[in-house]
Amino acid sequence: MIDDRSGRLSDALLYLDGVSVSFDGFKALNALSLIVGQGELRTVIGPNGAGKTTMMDVITGRTRPDAGAALFDGRHDLTRLDEAAIANLGIGRKFQRPTVFENLSVFENLELALKAPRGVFAGLGFRLGGGEARRIEDILVQVGLAERRHQQAGALSHGQKQWLEIGMLLVQDARLLLLDEPVAGMTDAETEATAGLLRAIAGERTVVVVEHDMEFVRGLGCPVTVLHEGSVLAEGSLDKVQADPRVIDVYLGR
Amino acid sequence: MGALLTPRGWWALIGSGLIAAVGVPLANLLPAPGSALHLPDYMVPLLGKYACFAILALSLDLVWGYAGILSLGHGAFFALGGYCMGMHLMRQIGPRGVYGHPVLPDFMVFLNWKELPWYWQGFDQFWFAALMAMLVPGALALAFGYFAFRSRVTGVYLSIITQALTFALLLAFFRNDMGFGGNNGLTDFKDILGFPVQARATRLGLFVASVAALGASFLICRLVVASKLGRVLLAIRDAESRVRFLGYSVTNAKLFAFVLSATMAGVAGALYVPQVGIINPSEFSPANSIEIAIWVAVGGRGTLIGAVAGAGLVNGAKSWLTGVAPELWLFALGALFVVVTLFLPRGIVGLAARWKAREP
Repeated sequence: MIDDRSGRLSDALLYLDGVSVSFDGFKALNALSLIVGQGELRTVIGPNGAGKTTMMDVITGRTRPDAGAALFDGRHDLTRLDEAAIANLGIGRKFQRPTVFENLSVFENLELALKAPRGVFAGLGFRLGGGEARRIEDILVQVGLAERRHQQAGALSHGQKQWLEIGMLLVQDARLLLLDEPVAGMTDAETEATAGLLRAIAGERTVVVVEHDMEFVRGLGCPVTVLHEGSVLAEGSLDKVQADPRVIDVYLGR
Repeated sequence: MGALLTPRGWWALIGSGLIAAVGVPLANLLPAPGSALHLPDYMVPLLGKYACFAILALSLDLVWGYAGILSLGHGAFFALGGYCMGMHLMRQIGPRGVYGHPVLPDFMVFLNWKELPWYWQGFDQFWFAALMAMLVPGALALAFGYFAFRSRVTGVYLSIITQALTFALLLAFFRNDMGFGGNNGLTDFKDILGFPVQARATRLGLFVASVAALGASFLICRLVVASKLGRVLLAIRDAESRVRFLGYSVTNAKLFAFVLSATMAGVAGALYVPQVGIINPSEFSPANSIEIAIWVAVGGRGTLIGAVAGAGLVNGAKSWLTGVAPELWLFALGALFVVVTLFLPRGIVGLAARWKAREP
């Protein structure tokens, strides 16, 4: 499998090969292999317990795999780095439950995420430059939160928190965005707007979306990877995987 | 964002500092004893003690209120700072001790020791003792915090091991062969920087020094809290793992706050000892450290002014009540903690803010 894809390996931004993780005997990931190219938009779907969140945990350094390789940009071994180091490589993550810093304002949330030296003393002496402030303003407009910049993030609606978190990944200047259920709790109009936003981001950045909402997945119009019991069951366009009998089996039961 | 204090804040800080540092000495020195304006002599070290406690409360608030680290062992850092100053004051006694030994403090002569232990060297110099009063607590916080934060010990577990830390030190300092005076501790101090510790002028000087240290501590905390690092600390308090995924080292940020806080607590202890005239192992008792958390909770954690107000109010009440009805104090303290936890989660400062918001 590695050999016949070796041509793609050089431009693969994310490369997972044979990744296995087990918790107390339960195989959360079972020899999972996944390759995501530079600038690609990819959706990962699968029933509950398929290993989607565990896969993100491995990529972001929260969980160490028992076996397998996880490479970023063909060079960085993700299984050896901690969360902060991986984030600084340019991998940003949005959690399933939106986690913004509720006691800080929308602007301050973005300021924390802004790409800047992360050291303690850099933080002590940090002053927001004009260019950086404009960059935050741009993102505020892009995620539709410009009116709410001084509001406490805790006061935002569920959908707005999701957008704020996506905005945080953008100011973080992440090259790879991992989004876990970004439209959970959003209205139809918000879901549509989010799909548009993600399509606009992809190309310049690489986006991997884990989602249950099939309308949204269709709206993204991108290749789909189906996970089942910790490994890849099918890959291809949404129509193709939906027609795959194995996928139908998994989703509808035998 | 960015500004250390608002102009009004600066006026309030400088104003209250001046009132304390000038007003108290004047009220003690000028009016005749017995007049209503006269501040009795015993009040000067008492107020100085409150200023030290306020620094200690600020130091705990920095780690608890802002970074979410509930240390229930901050009394240890305070006591270590106090012991460093106590050692200097012991060395200052020189040959004036009961046994008249030129170098050894009385308790060492009593234990039949022949020479000064190596770790007592250098404490005859004030600058060395003052430096150690900051470095020793800071180094302990660095070592302890490094292992605790790197292993991601948080919440209740961290609070428990900080209690264990101060309890372990309590037991160690009780031992005579540790060389810190055992359960009697260090006392019978004669003078500091050449001034007799009991003299009125010295006590006024120590009080003014304590108020100045309190003001400096407030500004240092304010500097940290108003910076981006301060917002990183708040973010750690509210959603620690999310901060890691933003690329910040949670361990380093916590370690910075913890070491700075321990250093401040050490300074508070060093100023406290010459004013109360004694330092003994009871300062390490776990209950003392819990009391500090109560001051901060009463005042309002997560606000610097709340920590200062809480330390002053609770200790003022303690001085008054232990004078009037000493057996009631612990019940009052317990009741206070219950009331604050149940009804005033943001302390007195939160209550004041609510009243202010209600006004038209």
